[in-house]
Amino acid sequence: MSDSIFEIKDLSFKYFDSEYQALKDVSFSIKKGEWIAIIGPNGSGKSTLAKILNGLLVPDAGEVYVNGQLLDENTVWDVRRTVGMVFQNPDNQFVGATVEDDVAFGLENHGVPRSEMIQRIEEALAEVRMESFRKSEPARLSGGQKQRVAIASVLALRPDVIILDEATAMLDPLGRREVIEAIKKVKEHHHLTVISITHDIDEASYADRILVMNQGDLVEQNTPDKIFERGDELIQMGLDVPFAQKLKEGLANRGINVPEEYLSEEALLEWLTTSYLSK
Amino acid sequence: MLDKLLLGRYIQSDSFIHRLDPRTKLLGSFYFIGIIFLANNLWGYGLLILFTFLAIALTGIKLSYFINGVKPMIWLILFTVVFQIFFTIGGEVYFQWGPIVITSLGVINAIYIFLRLVLIIMMSTILTLTTAPLELADGIEHMLRPLEKIGFPSHEIALMLSIALRYVPTLIDEAQKIMNAQRSRGVEFDQGSFIQRMKAVVPVLVPLFVSAFNRAEEMATAMEARGYRGGEGRTKFRQLQFTRQDFWVVLAFVIVTVALIALRLYV
Repeated sequence: MSDSIFEIKDLSFKYFDSEYQALKDVSFSIKKGEWIAIIGPNGSGKSTLAKILNGLLVPDAGEVYVNGQLLDENTVWDVRRTVGMVFQNPDNQFVGATVEDDVAFGLENHGVPRSEMIQRIEEALAEVRMESFRKSEPARLSGGQKQRVAIASVLALRPDVIILDEATAMLDPLGRREVIEAIKKVKEHHHLTVISITHDIDEASYADRILVMNQGDLVEQNTPDKIFERGDELIQMGLDVPFAQKLKEGLANRGINVPEEYLSEEALLEWLTTSYLSK
Repeated sequence: MLDKLLLGRYIQSDSFIHRLDPRTKLLGSFYFIGIIFLANNLWGYGLLILFTFLAIALTGIKLSYFINGVKPMIWLILFTVVFQIFFTIGGEVYFQWGPIVITSLGVINAIYIFLRLVLIIMMSTILTLTTAPLELADGIEHMLRPLEKIGFPSHEIALMLSIALRYVPTLIDEAQKIMNAQRSRGVEFDQGSFIQRMKAVVPVLVPLFVSAFNRAEEMATAMEARGYRGGEGRTKFRQLQFTRQDFWVVLAFVIVTVALIALRLYV
């Protein structure tokens, strides 16, 4: 219990104007320092779950414990300090008029004194390599740069957990890579717990553990290798599998004996070279 | 499209006027509009013209920008001037034809009105050219702060103002995109009768409104997630400070005011 940062018990949720149960009895826990990916088709309840974790939505039933503390009306602001959130649309979460104003916004809300603010803004921007853009306006930044600023804004608050709610969904491949690199670096540096909600299967493959959601249910939780091994089930759910898994299946269809277990791109490359050389 | 907008016309530089506190510039512009009515003779107006051109010289911005600032208003100004000429009666009569009378007083009044309007526009152009929109919002917030005592929501107004300013370019971009998307589906914006043109605006406005609502919703969520709970207990990152330069400006205004009053009374 002590090493888990999130403890989620029997969460249920229904939007008030919908017939449809967005979450049904979801329970799981997340350890400190873990990288969790939540995947699932549209409408599977991923984003609803993320908003409940941050107290932005209140569940109909069930409990959320953050660091052993029950999330309720009294603790919600503490929880938001512990749990930072990066959203999908880079334009709509940019509150400040310039980069440094945006990073300052969260600090202002928490009443951080100005002298400390300046120092924290500098550190957070350096962390995501945006320090040369301090005075830039959002209109002059690319999507990937805006998302990096969003990460810096969250980092400046020194959270224990970062939730990425499809934070790379609206970015091009380059921007996506920039953002994921920034997150990886930051996670190592600050021992953060990362919860990434994503459709991007490559992003999910960085995770320590993947939770698969479907129609409000938590249908599966396991390491990426174990999840990707069952490629067909994922595809039936409307999801995708990583490139290496697709290549392996293509090879299998052509009558080549490939290993059963999931291989990352590097592992697959190694396997191909050794089997080619041994011929 | 952005460069046609008043707000987008800010010119970055590091002149004396640029470095002034935005509150000085804001109040100064308003004050200038007030004292312009003190001038009632050529000496007074001469002094104001001198003062305005000194301020323009201190901005380090080319005069053509200020002339361009007057241009869109020129018809309105000329309209007012013509009215003054024809309908002010008094003094020596220069010309009379039926009800139309041109008198010396009318001509002098018209010249004064012309100078007044041009000087006011130039002064406010100085404000917009040398003050970044955000600085302006900051200045307004500071000046509204005393009103908080009587329950005026100055923090909320300032927040709305700065978010609105921050979204101007984003929404212009979006409007542009929607217009192009509708054009590609055959909507014509610059053809047909007035009614038809107005109708063509609907497929731009409706999606723009809907998307603004969605943006607002997402923005509110993002703000809450970052711990925003209203103005109370917040610290401020941006801080405004009056400097020695601002003192010089105040002094200049005092001198001009005294001189104007003197010219009014004794000349």
